[in-house]
Amino acid sequence: MTSVPLHYLTLHEAAGLLARREVSSVDLTRAAFDRIRALDDSVHAFLTLTEDEALAQAREADGRIARGEAGPLTGVPAAVKDVISTRGVRTTCGSRILESFVPLYDAFVIERLKEAGFVMLGKTNMDEFAMGSSGENSAFGPTHNPWALDRVPGGSSSGSAAAVAAGMALYALGSDTGGSIRQPASLTGVVGFKPTYGRVSRFGLVAFGSSLDQIGPITRSVRDAALVFQAIAGHDRRDSTSAPLDVPAVTDALTTDLSGLRVGVPREYFVEGMDDDVRQAVRAAIDRMEDLGASVDWDVSLPSTGHAVAVYYIIAPSEASANLARYDGVKYGYSYREGAGMWDNMEKTREFGFGEEVKRRIMLGTYALSSGYYDAYYLKAQKVRTLIRREFDAAFEEHDVLVMPVSPTPAFKLGEKVDDPLQMYLSDVMTIPVNIAGLPGISVPCGFSQPARPGAADGSRLPIGLQILAKPFDEPALFRAAYAYEQATDWHKQHPEL
Amino acid sequence: MSITPDEVRHIARLARVGLVDDEISLFQGQLSEILDYFQRLQEVDTDNVPPTAHTLARHNVMRDDEPRPSFDKEDILANAPQREEDLFRVRAILE
Repeated sequence: MTSVPLHYLTLHEAAGLLARREVSSVDLTRAAFDRIRALDDSVHAFLTLTEDEALAQAREADGRIARGEAGPLTGVPAAVKDVISTRGVRTTCGSRILESFVPLYDAFVIERLKEAGFVMLGKTNMDEFAMGSSGENSAFGPTHNPWALDRVPGGSSSGSAAAVAAGMALYALGSDTGGSIRQPASLTGVVGFKPTYGRVSRFGLVAFGSSLDQIGPITRSVRDAALVFQAIAGHDRRDSTSAPLDVPAVTDALTTDLSGLRVGVPREYFVEGMDDDVRQAVRAAIDRMEDLGASVDWDVSLPSTGHAVAVYYIIAPSEASANLARYDGVKYGYSYREGAGMWDNMEKTREFGFGEEVKRRIMLGTYALSSGYYDAYYLKAQKVRTLIRREFDAAFEEHDVLVMPVSPTPAFKLGEKVDDPLQMYLSDVMTIPVNIAGLPGISVPCGFSQPARPGAADGSRLPIGLQILAKPFDEPALFRAAYAYEQATDWHKQHPEL
Repeated sequence: MSITPDEVRHIARLARVGLVDDEISLFQGQLSEILDYFQRLQEVDTDNVPPTAHTLARHNVMRDDEPRPSFDKEDILANAPQREEDLFRVRAILE
Protein backbone atom coordinates (compact mmCIF):
# COMPACT_ATOMS: atom_id res chain seq x y z
CA MET A 1 0.00 0.00 0.00
CA THR A 2 0.99 3.58 -0.50
CA SER A 3 1.62 6.09 2.28
CA VAL A 4 -0.73 8.58 0.64
CA PRO A 5 -4.29 8.42 2.02
CA LEU A 6 -6.80 7.09 -0.52
CA HIS A 7 -8.47 10.47 -0.92
CA TYR A 8 -5.21 12.18 -1.96
CA LEU A 9 -4.09 9.62 -4.53
CA THR A 10 -3.57 10.86 -8.03
CA LEU A 11 -5.77 9.28 -10.69
CA HIS A 12 -2.68 7.51 -12.04
CA GLU A 13 -1.70 6.14 -8.61
CA ALA A 14 -5.26 4.99 -7.99
CA ALA A 15 -5.36 3.21 -11.34
CA GLY A 16 -2.14 1.41 -10.41
CA LEU A 17 -3.57 0.24 -7.07
CA LEU A 18 -6.75 -0.90 -8.81
CA ALA A 19 -4.80 -2.82 -11.44
CA ARG A 20 -2.75 -4.57 -8.74
CA ARG A 21 -5.99 -5.28 -6.83
CA GLU A 22 -4.64 -3.49 -3.74
CA VAL A 23 -7.82 -1.45 -3.52
CA SER A 24 -11.20 -1.76 -5.20
CA SER A 25 -13.20 0.93 -6.92
CA VAL A 26 -15.81 0.45 -4.20
CA ASP A 27 -13.10 1.24 -1.57
CA LEU A 28 -12.10 4.43 -3.39
CA THR A 29 -15.72 5.46 -3.84
CA ARG A 30 -16.59 4.88 -0.17
CA ALA A 31 -13.48 6.82 0.87
CA ALA A 32 -14.54 9.72 -1.35
CA PHE A 33 -18.05 9.84 0.15
CA ASP A 34 -16.60 9.63 3.69
CA ARG A 35 -14.43 12.61 2.85
CA ILE A 36 -17.37 14.50 1.30
CA ARG A 37 -19.53 13.86 4.38
CA ALA A 38 -16.74 15.07 6.65
CA LEU A 39 -15.87 18.24 4.74
CA ASP A 40 -18.52 19.42 2.34
CA ASP A 41 -20.64 21.23 4.91
CA SER A 42 -17.75 23.69 5.18
CA VAL A 43 -16.46 23.62 1.57
CA HIS A 44 -19.77 23.26 -0.37
CA ALA A 45 -18.21 21.82 -3.50
CA PHE A 46 -21.19 19.65 -4.46
CA LEU A 47 -24.75 20.49 -5.50
CA THR A 48 -25.91 16.91 -6.08
CA LEU A 49 -24.46 13.63 -4.78
CA THR A 50 -25.12 10.37 -6.63
CA GLU A 51 -23.94 7.82 -4.08
CA ASP A 52 -26.14 4.85 -5.04
CA GLU A 53 -25.31 5.22 -8.74
CA ALA A 54 -21.62 5.71 -7.91
CA LEU A 55 -21.44 2.50 -5.88
CA ALA A 56 -23.21 0.59 -8.66
CA GLN A 57 -20.74 2.02 -11.19
CA ALA A 58 -17.85 1.13 -8.85
CA ARG A 59 -19.02 -2.50 -8.59
CA GLU A 60 -19.28 -2.65 -12.37
CA ALA A 61 -15.77 -1.17 -12.67
CA ASP A 62 -14.42 -3.73 -10.21
CA GLY A 63 -15.91 -6.42 -12.43
CA ARG A 64 -14.19 -4.95 -15.48
CA ILE A 65 -10.88 -4.80 -13.63
CA ALA A 66 -11.26 -8.42 -12.51
CA ARG A 67 -11.89 -9.46 -16.13
CA GLY A 68 -8.77 -7.60 -17.27
CA GLU A 69 -10.82 -5.09 -19.28
CA ALA A 70 -9.78 -1.93 -17.42
CA GLY A 71 -8.44 1.26 -18.97
CA PRO A 72 -6.48 4.02 -17.22
CA LEU A 73 -9.64 5.70 -15.86
CA THR A 74 -11.70 2.64 -14.96
CA GLY A 75 -13.16 2.80 -11.48
CA VAL A 76 -11.56 6.07 -10.37
CA PRO A 77 -14.27 8.26 -8.78
CA ALA A 78 -14.72 11.76 -10.17
CA ALA A 79 -16.93 14.85 -9.99
CA VAL A 80 -18.61 16.75 -12.82
CA LYS A 81 -19.31 20.47 -13.07
CA ASP A 82 -23.05 21.04 -13.06
CA VAL A 83 -23.02 22.65 -16.51
CA ILE A 84 -22.36 19.27 -18.19
CA SER A 85 -25.48 17.25 -19.00
CA THR A 86 -25.86 13.94 -17.21
CA ARG A 87 -28.76 11.71 -18.23
CA GLY A 88 -31.21 11.25 -15.38
CA VAL A 89 -29.14 13.36 -12.94
CA ARG A 90 -30.33 16.92 -12.40
CA THR A 91 -28.14 19.56 -14.01
CA THR A 92 -28.70 23.02 -12.57
CA CYS A 93 -25.89 25.19 -13.99
CA GLY A 94 -25.88 26.78 -10.53
CA SER A 95 -29.17 28.48 -11.42
CA ARG A 96 -32.66 28.62 -9.93
CA ILE A 97 -34.04 28.51 -13.46
CA LEU A 98 -32.72 24.92 -13.89
CA GLU A 99 -33.05 23.87 -10.24
CA SER A 100 -35.06 20.74 -11.10
CA PHE A 101 -34.00 20.19 -14.71
CA VAL A 102 -33.12 16.58 -15.57
CA PRO A 103 -31.29 16.08 -18.90
CA LEU A 104 -32.47 13.48 -21.40
CA TYR A 105 -28.99 12.63 -22.57
CA ASP A 106 -25.36 12.52 -21.54
CA ALA A 107 -22.85 15.02 -22.84
CA PHE A 108 -20.28 13.57 -25.24
CA VAL A 109 -17.62 13.70 -22.51
CA ILE A 110 -19.85 11.71 -20.13
CA GLU A 111 -20.47 9.08 -22.82
CA ARG A 112 -16.72 8.79 -23.26
CA LEU A 113 -16.03 8.53 -19.52
CA LYS A 114 -18.76 5.90 -19.12
CA GLU A 115 -17.12 3.83 -21.86
CA ALA A 116 -13.88 4.18 -19.87
CA GLY A 117 -15.50 2.87 -16.65
CA PHE A 118 -16.81 6.03 -15.00
CA VAL A 119 -17.74 6.41 -11.33
CA MET A 120 -19.53 9.74 -10.87
CA LEU A 121 -19.66 11.02 -7.29
CA GLY A 122 -21.91 13.96 -8.08
CA LYS A 123 -22.32 17.35 -9.71
CA THR A 124 -20.29 20.33 -8.53
CA ASN A 125 -21.12 23.88 -7.54
CA MET A 126 -20.36 26.73 -9.94
CA ASP A 127 -21.04 30.35 -10.76
CA GLU A 128 -24.47 30.52 -12.37
CA PHE A 129 -24.21 29.51 -16.05
CA ALA A 130 -20.41 29.62 -15.61
CA MET A 131 -20.47 33.41 -15.30
CA GLY A 132 -18.05 34.40 -12.57
CA SER A 133 -14.51 34.27 -11.26
CA SER A 134 -15.13 33.41 -7.60
CA GLY A 135 -17.90 30.83 -7.29
CA GLU A 136 -19.99 33.41 -5.47
CA ASN A 137 -22.58 33.67 -8.25
CA SER A 138 -24.03 30.23 -7.54
CA ALA A 139 -27.74 30.42 -6.74
CA PHE A 140 -27.09 27.72 -4.14
CA GLY A 141 -24.42 29.50 -2.11
CA PRO A 142 -20.67 29.93 -2.57
CA THR A 143 -17.91 27.31 -2.48
CA HIS A 144 -15.11 27.91 0.02
CA ASN A 145 -11.39 27.58 -0.74
CA PRO A 146 -10.04 24.49 1.07
CA TRP A 147 -6.78 26.38 1.81
CA ALA A 148 -8.59 29.20 3.61
CA LEU A 149 -12.33 28.83 4.10
CA ASP A 150 -12.90 32.60 4.19
CA ARG A 151 -11.53 32.88 0.64
CA VAL A 152 -12.95 32.12 -2.79
CA PRO A 153 -11.80 29.01 -4.68
CA GLY A 154 -12.01 30.93 -7.97
CA GLY A 155 -14.58 30.28 -10.62
CA SER A 156 -16.56 29.43 -12.42
CA SER A 157 -15.55 25.75 -11.88
CA SER A 158 -15.43 26.48 -8.14
CA GLY A 159 -16.80 23.17 -6.86
CA SER A 160 -14.76 20.99 -9.23
CA ALA A 161 -11.48 22.66 -8.18
CA ALA A 162 -12.34 22.66 -4.46
CA ALA A 163 -13.43 18.99 -4.59
CA VAL A 164 -10.10 17.92 -6.12
CA ALA A 165 -8.05 20.17 -3.80
CA ALA A 166 -9.84 18.89 -0.68
CA GLY A 167 -9.58 15.21 -1.61
CA MET A 168 -13.30 14.77 -2.21
CA ALA A 169 -12.82 13.57 -5.81
CA LEU A 170 -9.77 12.09 -7.53
CA TYR A 171 -10.40 14.24 -10.57
CA ALA A 172 -13.15 16.47 -11.95
CA LEU A 173 -14.45 17.97 -15.15
CA GLY A 174 -14.78 21.72 -15.52
CA SER A 175 -15.53 24.13 -18.35
CA ASP A 176 -13.49 27.15 -19.35
CA THR A 177 -14.91 30.14 -21.26
CA GLY A 178 -12.55 32.84 -19.96
CA GLY A 179 -10.41 30.98 -17.41
CA SER A 180 -13.01 28.97 -15.50
CA ILE A 181 -10.82 25.82 -15.29
CA ARG A 182 -7.36 27.40 -14.99
CA GLN A 183 -8.12 30.17 -12.49
CA PRO A 184 -9.85 28.01 -9.83
CA ALA A 185 -7.14 25.35 -10.32
CA SER A 186 -4.52 28.04 -9.65
CA LEU A 187 -6.34 29.38 -6.59
CA THR A 188 -6.77 25.90 -5.05
CA GLY A 189 -3.35 24.41 -5.90
CA VAL A 190 -4.36 21.77 -8.44
CA VAL A 191 -3.85 21.21 -12.18
CA GLY A 192 -6.44 22.62 -14.59
CA PHE A 193 -6.32 22.14 -18.35
CA LYS A 194 -8.31 23.89 -21.08
CA PRO A 195 -7.88 22.10 -24.41
CA THR A 196 -7.67 23.83 -27.80
CA TYR A 197 -11.08 25.15 -28.89
CA GLY A 198 -12.67 22.36 -30.96
CA ARG A 199 -10.65 19.55 -29.40
CA VAL A 200 -13.37 18.36 -27.00
CA SER A 201 -16.99 18.16 -28.13
CA ARG A 202 -19.36 20.68 -26.58
CA PHE A 203 -22.33 18.37 -27.17
CA GLY A 204 -24.21 18.38 -23.87
CA LEU A 205 -22.26 21.31 -22.40
CA VAL A 206 -24.88 23.93 -21.55
CA ALA A 207 -23.89 26.86 -23.77
CA PHE A 208 -22.53 30.14 -22.38
CA GLY A 209 -20.17 31.66 -24.99
CA SER A 210 -20.24 29.19 -27.85
CA SER A 211 -17.10 30.43 -29.62
CA LEU A 212 -15.13 30.29 -26.34
CA ASP A 213 -16.41 27.34 -24.24
CA GLN A 214 -14.29 24.19 -23.77
CA ILE A 215 -14.53 21.27 -21.33
CA GLY A 216 -11.38 20.07 -19.59
CA PRO A 217 -10.00 18.22 -16.57
CA ILE A 218 -9.09 19.40 -13.07
CA THR A 219 -6.64 16.95 -11.50
CA ARG A 220 -3.85 16.49 -8.93
CA SER A 221 -1.12 15.96 -11.50
CA VAL A 222 -0.20 16.79 -15.08
CA ARG A 223 -0.19 13.10 -16.01
CA ASP A 224 -3.76 12.81 -14.72
CA ALA A 225 -4.83 15.77 -16.86
CA ALA A 226 -3.26 14.08 -19.90
CA LEU A 227 -5.09 10.83 -19.15
CA VAL A 228 -8.49 12.51 -18.82
CA PHE A 229 -7.85 14.67 -21.90
CA GLN A 230 -6.98 11.57 -23.90
CA ALA A 231 -10.31 10.01 -22.90
CA ILE A 232 -12.56 12.98 -23.68
CA ALA A 233 -10.92 14.51 -26.79
CA GLY A 234 -11.84 13.72 -30.37
CA HIS A 235 -14.25 14.50 -33.16
CA ASP A 236 -18.01 14.41 -32.59
CA ARG A 237 -20.41 15.08 -35.45
CA ARG A 238 -23.04 16.42 -33.02
CA ASP A 239 -20.86 19.50 -32.41
CA SER A 240 -20.26 21.34 -35.69
CA THR A 241 -17.28 23.14 -34.10
CA SER A 242 -15.62 19.88 -33.13
CA ALA A 243 -12.28 19.58 -34.97
CA PRO A 244 -12.06 16.57 -37.33
CA LEU A 245 -8.48 15.83 -36.27
CA ASP A 246 -6.74 12.87 -34.69
CA VAL A 247 -5.85 13.38 -31.03
CA PRO A 248 -2.11 13.11 -30.34
CA ALA A 249 -0.89 10.69 -27.65
CA VAL A 250 -0.10 13.38 -25.11
CA THR A 251 1.00 10.82 -22.51
CA ASP A 252 3.99 10.11 -24.80
CA ALA A 253 5.06 13.75 -24.32
CA LEU A 254 5.48 13.35 -20.55
CA THR A 255 9.28 13.47 -20.25
CA THR A 256 11.43 15.25 -17.69
CA ASP A 257 13.93 16.90 -20.04
CA LEU A 258 13.18 20.25 -21.68
CA SER A 259 16.24 20.41 -23.98
CA GLY A 260 15.44 22.37 -27.10
CA LEU A 261 12.07 23.64 -25.84
CA ARG A 262 11.65 27.31 -26.72
CA VAL A 263 9.86 29.14 -23.90
CA GLY A 264 8.57 32.69 -24.37
CA VAL A 265 7.56 35.07 -21.57
CA PRO A 266 5.20 37.86 -22.70
CA ARG A 267 6.07 41.00 -20.75
CA GLU A 268 2.49 42.32 -20.79
CA TYR A 269 1.59 39.61 -18.24
CA PHE A 270 3.92 41.02 -15.61
CA VAL A 271 1.93 44.12 -14.92
CA GLU A 272 1.82 46.75 -12.26
CA GLY A 273 -0.60 45.82 -9.52
CA MET A 274 0.13 42.12 -9.63
CA ASP A 275 0.92 40.43 -6.36
CA ASP A 276 4.64 40.19 -5.47
CA ASP A 277 4.36 36.58 -4.37
CA VAL A 278 2.79 35.66 -7.73
CA ARG A 279 5.51 37.49 -9.64
CA GLN A 280 8.30 35.80 -7.67
CA ALA A 281 6.80 32.32 -7.82
CA VAL A 282 6.23 32.49 -11.58
CA ARG A 283 9.70 33.91 -12.27
CA ALA A 284 11.26 31.16 -10.15
CA ALA A 285 9.24 28.56 -12.08
CA ILE A 286 10.51 29.91 -15.40
CA ASP A 287 14.11 29.77 -14.08
CA ARG A 288 13.44 26.16 -13.16
CA MET A 289 12.33 25.41 -16.72
CA GLU A 290 15.61 26.89 -17.94
CA ASP A 291 17.52 24.61 -15.52
CA LEU A 292 15.69 21.70 -17.13
CA GLY A 293 17.10 22.57 -20.54
CA ALA A 294 14.58 25.02 -22.00
CA SER A 295 15.72 28.21 -23.70
CA VAL A 296 13.85 31.19 -22.26
CA ASP A 297 13.09 34.42 -24.11
CA TRP A 298 12.00 37.04 -21.55
CA ASP A 299 11.26 39.65 -24.18
CA VAL A 300 8.15 38.47 -25.99
CA SER A 301 5.48 41.10 -26.60
CA LEU A 302 1.74 40.64 -27.13
CA PRO A 303 0.76 44.31 -27.38
CA SER A 304 -3.03 43.81 -27.54
CA THR A 305 -3.17 41.92 -24.23
CA GLY A 306 -4.54 45.02 -22.48
CA HIS A 307 -7.60 44.99 -24.75
CA ALA A 308 -8.53 41.37 -24.07
CA VAL A 309 -10.82 42.00 -21.09
CA ALA A 310 -12.91 44.49 -23.09
CA VAL A 311 -13.05 42.17 -26.11
CA TYR A 312 -14.11 39.24 -23.94
CA TYR A 313 -16.76 41.12 -21.97
CA ILE A 314 -18.38 42.17 -25.24
CA ILE A 315 -18.17 38.85 -27.09
CA ALA A 316 -19.01 36.45 -24.23
CA PRO A 317 -22.11 38.34 -23.01
CA SER A 318 -23.27 38.81 -26.62
CA GLU A 319 -23.12 35.07 -27.21
CA ALA A 320 -24.66 34.45 -23.80
CA SER A 321 -27.58 36.79 -24.44
CA ALA A 322 -28.48 34.66 -27.47
CA ASN A 323 -27.79 31.30 -25.80
CA LEU A 324 -29.82 32.12 -22.70
CA ALA A 325 -32.87 33.21 -24.72
CA ARG A 326 -34.00 29.57 -24.51
CA TYR A 327 -34.90 29.90 -20.82
CA ASP A 328 -38.46 31.10 -21.31
CA GLY A 329 -40.36 28.88 -18.89
CA VAL A 330 -42.11 26.93 -21.64
CA LYS A 331 -40.27 23.67 -22.29
CA TYR A 332 -38.32 23.09 -19.07
CA GLY A 333 -37.05 24.82 -15.98
CA TYR A 334 -38.62 27.35 -13.64
CA SER A 335 -41.83 28.87 -14.99
CA TYR A 336 -43.77 31.83 -13.60
CA ARG A 337 -47.45 31.37 -14.32
CA GLU A 338 -49.36 34.06 -12.43
CA GLY A 339 -48.61 36.98 -14.75
CA ALA A 340 -50.89 39.13 -16.91
CA GLY A 341 -50.09 37.17 -20.07
CA MET A 342 -47.44 35.34 -22.03
CA TRP A 343 -44.86 38.16 -22.14
CA ASP A 344 -45.34 39.05 -18.51
CA ASN A 345 -44.86 35.39 -17.54
CA MET A 346 -41.70 35.17 -19.61
CA GLU A 347 -40.21 38.34 -18.15
CA LYS A 348 -41.00 37.26 -14.60
CA THR A 349 -39.68 33.73 -15.24
CA ARG A 350 -36.34 35.32 -16.16
CA GLU A 351 -36.55 37.96 -13.42
CA PHE A 352 -36.94 35.34 -10.67
CA GLY A 353 -35.02 32.52 -12.36
CA PHE A 354 -31.75 34.33 -13.12
CA GLY A 355 -29.31 35.81 -10.61
CA GLU A 356 -27.85 39.30 -10.79
CA GLU A 357 -24.64 38.51 -12.73
CA VAL A 358 -26.52 36.53 -15.38
CA LYS A 359 -28.97 39.38 -15.84
CA ARG A 360 -26.09 41.86 -16.04
CA ARG A 361 -24.42 39.86 -18.80
CA ILE A 362 -27.64 39.32 -20.73
CA MET A 363 -28.18 43.09 -20.56
CA LEU A 364 -24.60 43.84 -21.67
CA GLY A 365 -24.81 41.40 -24.57
CA THR A 366 -28.23 42.60 -25.65
CA TYR A 367 -26.95 46.18 -25.63
CA ALA A 368 -23.79 45.30 -27.60
CA LEU A 369 -25.86 43.54 -30.26
CA SER A 370 -28.68 46.07 -30.42
CA SER A 371 -29.44 48.27 -33.39
CA GLY A 372 -27.03 51.22 -33.59
CA TYR A 373 -24.40 49.71 -31.28
CA TYR A 374 -23.45 46.51 -33.09
CA ASP A 375 -20.57 48.03 -35.09
CA ALA A 376 -19.13 49.98 -32.17
CA TYR A 377 -19.11 47.05 -29.76
CA TYR A 378 -19.57 43.56 -31.16
CA LEU A 379 -17.95 44.04 -34.57
CA LYS A 380 -15.12 46.12 -33.08
CA ALA A 381 -14.46 43.43 -30.49
CA GLN A 382 -14.36 40.75 -33.17
CA LYS A 383 -11.76 42.75 -35.09
CA VAL A 384 -9.56 43.21 -32.03
CA ARG A 385 -10.02 39.48 -31.47
CA THR A 386 -8.28 38.99 -34.83
CA LEU A 387 -5.36 41.15 -33.68
CA ILE A 388 -4.98 39.16 -30.45
CA ARG A 389 -4.93 35.91 -32.43
CA ARG A 390 -2.36 37.22 -34.89
CA GLU A 391 -0.04 38.29 -32.08
CA PHE A 392 -0.18 34.79 -30.57
CA ASP A 393 0.38 33.25 -34.04
CA ALA A 394 3.52 35.39 -34.46
CA ALA A 395 4.81 34.52 -30.97
CA PHE A 396 4.35 30.81 -31.65
CA GLU A 397 6.47 31.02 -34.78
CA GLU A 398 9.49 31.45 -32.52
CA HIS A 399 8.36 29.72 -29.33
CA ASP A 400 6.91 26.32 -28.50
CA VAL A 401 5.17 27.47 -25.34
CA LEU A 402 4.39 30.77 -23.64
CA VAL A 403 4.40 31.00 -19.84
CA MET A 404 2.88 33.52 -17.45
CA PRO A 405 0.81 33.67 -14.24
CA VAL A 406 -2.81 32.44 -14.23
CA SER A 407 -4.17 35.06 -11.85
CA PRO A 408 -2.65 38.39 -10.81
CA THR A 409 -3.34 37.54 -7.15
CA PRO A 410 -3.82 34.45 -4.97
CA ALA A 411 -7.35 33.68 -3.74
CA PHE A 412 -9.20 36.78 -2.57
CA LYS A 413 -11.68 36.96 0.29
CA LEU A 414 -15.31 35.95 -0.10
CA GLY A 415 -17.35 39.11 -0.58
CA GLU A 416 -14.34 41.24 -1.51
CA LYS A 417 -15.35 41.92 -5.14
CA VAL A 418 -19.03 40.98 -5.34
CA ASP A 419 -20.24 44.57 -5.44
CA ASP A 420 -17.81 45.66 -8.14
CA PRO A 421 -18.36 43.68 -11.35
CA LEU A 422 -15.68 45.54 -13.32
CA GLN A 423 -13.01 44.69 -10.71
CA MET A 424 -14.14 41.06 -10.85
CA TYR A 425 -13.88 41.08 -14.66
CA LEU A 426 -10.37 42.56 -14.52
CA SER A 427 -9.19 39.62 -12.39
CA ASP A 428 -9.59 37.48 -15.56
CA VAL A 429 -6.96 39.47 -17.48
CA MET A 430 -4.43 36.63 -17.73
CA THR A 431 -6.75 33.78 -18.73
CA ILE A 432 -9.13 35.51 -21.16
CA PRO A 433 -6.72 35.96 -24.12
CA VAL A 434 -6.37 32.17 -24.37
CA ASN A 435 -10.09 31.69 -25.04
CA ILE A 436 -10.19 34.62 -27.44
CA ALA A 437 -7.46 32.93 -29.52
CA GLY A 438 -8.75 29.35 -28.99
CA LEU A 439 -5.42 28.14 -27.53
CA PRO A 440 -4.76 25.26 -25.12
CA GLY A 441 -3.70 26.39 -21.64
CA ILE A 442 -2.84 24.69 -18.36
CA SER A 443 -2.42 25.84 -14.77
CA VAL A 444 0.24 23.98 -12.75
CA PRO A 445 0.98 24.66 -9.05
CA CYS A 446 4.18 26.72 -8.74
CA GLY A 447 4.33 27.97 -5.17
CA PHE A 448 2.52 29.66 -2.32
CA SER A 449 2.01 33.13 -1.02
CA GLN A 450 4.33 34.03 1.87
CA PRO A 451 2.18 34.69 4.94
CA ALA A 452 5.14 36.19 6.81
CA ARG A 453 5.91 38.75 4.10
CA PRO A 454 5.51 42.34 5.29
CA GLY A 455 2.33 43.69 3.72
CA ALA A 456 0.75 40.24 3.27
CA ALA A 457 -2.98 40.50 3.93
CA ASP A 458 -3.12 37.86 6.66
CA GLY A 459 -1.54 34.58 7.67
CA SER A 460 -2.97 32.42 4.89
CA ARG A 461 -0.62 30.32 2.81
CA LEU A 462 -2.31 30.33 -0.58
CA PRO A 463 -1.48 28.40 -3.77
CA ILE A 464 -0.12 30.09 -6.91
CA GLY A 465 -0.38 28.70 -10.45
CA LEU A 466 1.91 28.82 -13.48
CA GLN A 467 0.14 29.10 -16.83
CA ILE A 468 1.57 27.38 -19.90
CA LEU A 469 0.12 27.94 -23.40
CA ALA A 470 0.81 26.27 -26.73
CA LYS A 471 -0.37 26.92 -30.26
CA PRO A 472 -3.73 25.46 -31.31
CA PHE A 473 -3.73 21.64 -31.33
CA ASP A 474 -0.15 21.41 -30.03
CA GLU A 475 -1.16 19.92 -26.68
CA PRO A 476 1.98 17.68 -26.66
CA ALA A 477 4.28 20.73 -26.30
CA LEU A 478 2.13 22.05 -23.47
CA PHE A 479 2.11 18.72 -21.60
CA ARG A 480 5.83 18.25 -22.09
CA ALA A 481 6.61 21.61 -20.47
CA ALA A 482 4.04 21.21 -17.70
CA TYR A 483 5.07 17.67 -16.76
CA ALA A 484 8.82 18.34 -16.68
CA TYR A 485 8.30 21.41 -14.48
CA GLU A 486 5.90 19.59 -12.15
CA GLN A 487 8.21 16.60 -11.74
CA ALA A 488 11.06 18.90 -10.73
CA THR A 489 8.97 20.38 -7.90
CA ASP A 490 6.70 19.14 -5.13
CA TRP A 491 4.07 21.91 -5.05
CA HIS A 492 1.42 19.54 -6.41
CA LYS A 493 2.02 17.09 -3.54
CA GLN A 494 1.00 19.61 -0.89
CA HIS A 495 -2.52 19.56 0.47
CA PRO A 496 -4.63 21.92 2.58
CA GLU A 497 -5.07 21.22 6.29
CA LEU A 498 -8.73 20.45 6.74
CA MET B 1 -20.52 56.91 -21.58
CA SER B 2 -23.59 56.74 -19.41
CA ILE B 3 -26.91 55.17 -20.12
CA THR B 4 -30.26 56.35 -18.83
CA PRO B 5 -32.86 54.45 -16.79
CA ASP B 6 -35.06 54.39 -19.91
CA GLU B 7 -32.25 52.73 -21.89
CA VAL B 8 -31.88 50.12 -19.15
CA ARG B 9 -35.64 49.45 -19.37
CA HIS B 10 -35.42 49.25 -23.16
CA ILE B 11 -32.59 46.70 -23.07
CA ALA B 12 -34.40 44.68 -20.40
CA ARG B 13 -37.47 44.60 -22.62
CA LEU B 14 -35.43 43.45 -25.65
CA ALA B 15 -33.94 40.69 -23.47
CA ARG B 16 -37.32 39.87 -21.85
CA VAL B 17 -35.86 40.18 -18.39
CA GLY B 18 -38.07 41.74 -15.73
CA LEU B 19 -36.22 44.18 -13.46
CA VAL B 20 -37.32 45.85 -10.24
CA ASP B 21 -36.57 49.57 -9.69
CA ASP B 22 -33.51 48.85 -7.51
CA GLU B 23 -32.01 46.73 -10.29
CA ILE B 24 -32.63 49.45 -12.85
CA SER B 25 -30.57 51.98 -10.90
CA LEU B 26 -27.92 49.37 -10.01
CA PHE B 27 -27.51 48.29 -13.63
CA GLN B 28 -27.59 51.87 -14.88
CA GLY B 29 -24.46 52.65 -12.84
CA GLN B 30 -22.67 49.35 -13.43
CA LEU B 31 -23.39 49.09 -17.15
CA SER B 32 -22.30 52.71 -17.65
CA GLU B 33 -18.99 51.98 -15.93
CA ILE B 34 -18.43 48.80 -17.96
CA LEU B 35 -19.37 50.49 -21.27
CA ASP B 36 -16.93 53.26 -20.37
CA TYR B 37 -14.22 50.67 -19.96
CA PHE B 38 -15.09 49.26 -23.42
CA GLN B 39 -14.34 52.66 -24.99
CA ARG B 40 -10.63 51.77 -24.92
CA LEU B 41 -11.23 49.56 -27.96
CA GLN B 42 -12.01 52.65 -30.03
CA GLU B 43 -8.31 53.59 -29.79
CA VAL B 44 -7.29 50.41 -31.63
CA ASP B 45 -6.71 50.74 -35.36
CA THR B 46 -8.77 47.99 -36.97
CA ASP B 47 -8.92 49.35 -40.53
CA ASN B 48 -8.63 46.42 -42.94
CA VAL B 49 -8.74 43.90 -40.05
CA PRO B 50 -11.38 41.22 -40.65
CA PRO B 51 -13.54 40.14 -37.68
CA THR B 52 -13.05 36.75 -36.01
CA ALA B 53 -16.32 35.03 -35.11
CA HIS B 54 -14.66 31.71 -34.50
CA THR B 55 -11.08 30.50 -34.06
CA LEU B 56 -11.64 27.38 -36.16
CA ALA B 57 -12.01 28.34 -39.79
CA ARG B 58 -14.79 25.86 -40.52
CA HIS B 59 -17.80 26.80 -42.60
CA ASN B 60 -21.05 25.08 -43.46
CA VAL B 61 -20.38 21.87 -41.58
CA MET B 62 -22.76 19.24 -42.95
CA ARG B 63 -23.54 15.68 -41.99
CA ASP B 64 -25.31 12.94 -43.90
CA ASP B 65 -29.08 13.24 -43.75
CA GLU B 66 -29.75 9.85 -42.16
CA PRO B 67 -32.74 9.10 -39.96
CA ARG B 68 -31.78 8.30 -36.37
CA PRO B 69 -33.85 7.49 -33.31
CA SER B 70 -35.19 10.53 -31.45
CA PHE B 71 -35.89 11.08 -27.79
CA ASP B 72 -38.83 9.48 -26.06
CA LYS B 73 -41.83 11.80 -25.91
CA GLU B 74 -42.48 11.05 -22.24
CA ASP B 75 -38.86 11.86 -21.32
CA ILE B 76 -39.13 15.23 -23.05
CA LEU B 77 -42.47 16.11 -21.48
CA ALA B 78 -41.20 15.09 -18.03
CA ASN B 79 -39.41 18.47 -17.86
CA ALA B 80 -42.47 20.45 -19.03
CA PRO B 81 -43.61 23.10 -16.53
CA GLN B 82 -47.18 22.57 -17.74
CA ARG B 83 -48.40 19.80 -19.96
CA GLU B 84 -51.68 18.99 -21.66
CA GLU B 85 -51.88 15.54 -23.20
CA ASP B 86 -48.77 15.31 -25.38
CA LEU B 87 -48.27 19.08 -25.63
CA PHE B 88 -46.55 21.89 -23.73
CA ARG B 89 -49.25 24.13 -22.32
CA VAL B 90 -48.60 27.88 -22.67
CA ARG B 91 -50.58 31.08 -22.11
CA ALA B 92 -52.51 32.50 -25.04
CA ILE B 93 -50.20 34.19 -27.55
CA LEU B 94 -52.99 35.92 -29.50
CA GLU B 95 -55.47 37.78 -27.38
